[in-house]
Amino acid sequence: MRPGLAIGIVLAGVALAAALTSLVWTPYDVTELVISQKLQAPSALHWLGTDHFGRDIAAMLMVGARTSLAVALVAVGIGMGIGVPLGLLAASKPGWADELTMRGNDLIFAFPSLVIAILITAVFGPSAVNAIIAIGIFNIPVFARVTRGGALSLWTLDYIRSAQVAGKGRARISLEHVLPNIANLLIVQGTIQFSLGILAEAGLSYVGLGAQPPLPSWGRMLAEAQTMVTLAPHVAIFPGLAIVATVLGLNLLGDGLRDALDPRLRHAR
Amino acid sequence: MSLLSVTDLSVSINGTPLLEKVSFALQPGEIFGLVGESGSGKSLTALALMGLLPEGAVTTGHAELEGLDLLNQTERAMCGLRGNRIGMIFQEPMTALNPLMTIGDQVAETLMVHRALPRAEALAIAREKLDRVGLPEPRFGLGLFPHELSGGQRQRVAIALAIALKPALLIADEPTTALDVMTQAQILALLRGLVEDEGMGLLLITHDLAVVAGLANTTSVMQTGRIVEQGPTEALFRARKHPYTAALFAASAHQPTRIDIGLSVPLLEVDRALRAYTLARPSAFAPRPVLHAVDGVSFTLHQRESLGLVGSSGCGKSTLTRAILGLDSLQGGEIRLSGTRVGPKLPNALRAGMQVVFQDPYGSFNPRWRVDRLVAEPFHLLPKAPADWRERVAEALVEVGLHPDDRRKYIHEFSGGQRQRIAIARALITRPDLIVLDEAVSALDVRIRAQVLDLLASLRRSHGLAYLFISHDLSVVRAITDRVLVMEAGRIVEEGPTEALFAAPQHEVTRRLVAATPQIPAAWMEPQT
Repeated sequence: MRPGLAIGIVLAGVALAAALTSLVWTPYDVTELVISQKLQAPSALHWLGTDHFGRDIAAMLMVGARTSLAVALVAVGIGMGIGVPLGLLAASKPGWADELTMRGNDLIFAFPSLVIAILITAVFGPSAVNAIIAIGIFNIPVFARVTRGGALSLWTLDYIRSAQVAGKGRARISLEHVLPNIANLLIVQGTIQFSLGILAEAGLSYVGLGAQPPLPSWGRMLAEAQTMVTLAPHVAIFPGLAIVATVLGLNLLGDGLRDALDPRLRHAR
Repeated sequence: MSLLSVTDLSVSINGTPLLEKVSFALQPGEIFGLVGESGSGKSLTALALMGLLPEGAVTTGHAELEGLDLLNQTERAMCGLRGNRIGMIFQEPMTALNPLMTIGDQVAETLMVHRALPRAEALAIAREKLDRVGLPEPRFGLGLFPHELSGGQRQRVAIALAIALKPALLIADEPTTALDVMTQAQILALLRGLVEDEGMGLLLITHDLAVVAGLANTTSVMQTGRIVEQGPTEALFRARKHPYTAALFAASAHQPTRIDIGLSVPLLEVDRALRAYTLARPSAFAPRPVLHAVDGVSFTLHQRESLGLVGSSGCGKSTLTRAILGLDSLQGGEIRLSGTRVGPKLPNALRAGMQVVFQDPYGSFNPRWRVDRLVAEPFHLLPKAPADWRERVAEALVEVGLHPDDRRKYIHEFSGGQRQRIAIARALITRPDLIVLDEAVSALDVRIRAQVLDLLASLRRSHGLAYLFISHDLSVVRAITDRVLVMEAGRIVEEGPTEALFAAPQHEVTRRLVAATPQIPAAWMEPQT
């Protein structure tokens, strides 16, 4: 295994482990406010210190990991689940199906994501679930385009023609020949979108459209720490580091997985 | 003094020796042919001379261009030499040019970089060079983009680029391998003219002995990183002293045993097939021009017959092939396989009777599947895959000369020739009556090609197969087919038994094709005494 993949697995694994552990145990209750303990520096009692309400930052990061990962994972799932089939369809049927799906994508792309997110929260109210839907919708055209682009170049290759000569239909060829060969692209795009999802969730929470208090979120922790950076830098540094480490880990993981899944690269290294 | 002298040039990459003690000399105005199979080190020699070897390469020996040591220059000094004193032409004209720059700008760019000429002056010289390579105004303006040109025209632009600064040495690495015979003949004539007019030396790298025979003054034969034989072309061709040279010659003139099929019943009938494409409007209100890719083609292919279909690129071969395979529908006429009409809705049971082998041994297989699954794919045509499909795959692999254990490997573990054998195994698996061979041996080295041609001949004998052999390479078609159709601009212009047709071509197009095919003079090929 190459070092990049190992580091990626460790970083992403730490975030995942923190999120899972938070389901059964956190060092402190994140909803409990102890004003007397506010803005304490890291110590044996509070590993990563406390925020301005005296909540334990380590505990908040663990629960925040849960929010961030869940939002990003489901959003990528929505994007892939709808975008990839649309892209495959568009590439396999040049003509009206292609035009229809791709122009639909352009329509989504035409709206800034924040406007849609505000629209959704205006109708359904702000919550983590609505943040997921808003981010997910924006992942659809991204995956549809990447899929279509990769698939179009494959459709000109001889092994696709061979499969046609072997009597296979477009849907079957898309699944058997096209999809596995664009998996690289999708994995890399998936990890990029996953990290963008974490950032988007942070952004939406920052403007108050994402996870609502008291549910902790890395983005809102950063936003709340903003005014206290000079007073207690650790309150901003730790959530920032968590975001950076998780995003970096996911990108390394995606890169490594792409190489590991490709039989050509697997043997070449 | 020699223009280029190479002495004991050795290259190893990461400890693996790839070139061993290569020595040769090239005089101004001389064409030096470097022939050999893929992996023999031909291109590596050129890259070493240009200082373009990959990381980890260790070079020893000497190489001097006009007295200047090529192997011990700084990267900066080499940049000054490349394009300026050494010009290079690559194999693939489709990717050699920047698609976003006009051809005028691309040729002018080298002049502006190396000579610091003002743009107007550089463009004037670019115009002159494009005229020289046979792309005159007004048809070929400086403002054209590469996609507006054909492959041969792009290769001409690449040559104009390479000669823009009047280099002393021109390196051409398989300059015509990607082109059809007619274009190849034109490009080779252009290269010869340039050498004569400008007095530059040409290092011609190719796998094609016939190209070297018609062009090079001196020839070197390379095998696994060494030059095994070297000398004046005619003397070397006549003597063929080294066993490897002799083997290459035998392979390039190889003729599989012919089979007499006698009278037979029709298998594939093409009846007045018609396929036209509407092109983009040339201007906003002009009518859409129509391209008749296949224009009333009729022919019959009999059982167990081997039929050739030849023609230069753009003659409609590929469109016709797609229609015959039932991937595209026709607009007029019909194609019948064993009496049933062929089209996108051809029943699977009948489709099983017709399989295909494509040209590109690298693009013909899904890289993520193992060989057994690849070879078994046409079983999809049967109502139910046979229970013994694994045995059938192993059997097919053995039939094409591979090992049954190869079925657990991935496709990248095989060489080009082996891949083409696997493609043939895949075509055989449903026991078809007809195999369409679409340039199936064009990408292979001569010795591998001879082996695959032998394999095809013996499979035809043992399985009673019929072949439709589509190619622009007349020598191969001549070796393996009983009857030939010549296609031009969507029509069949001549048809007849292979030997008779090539010996006495009647139609103008056939004559041009035959004349354009590079040949080793018959006198050179006489058995040694």
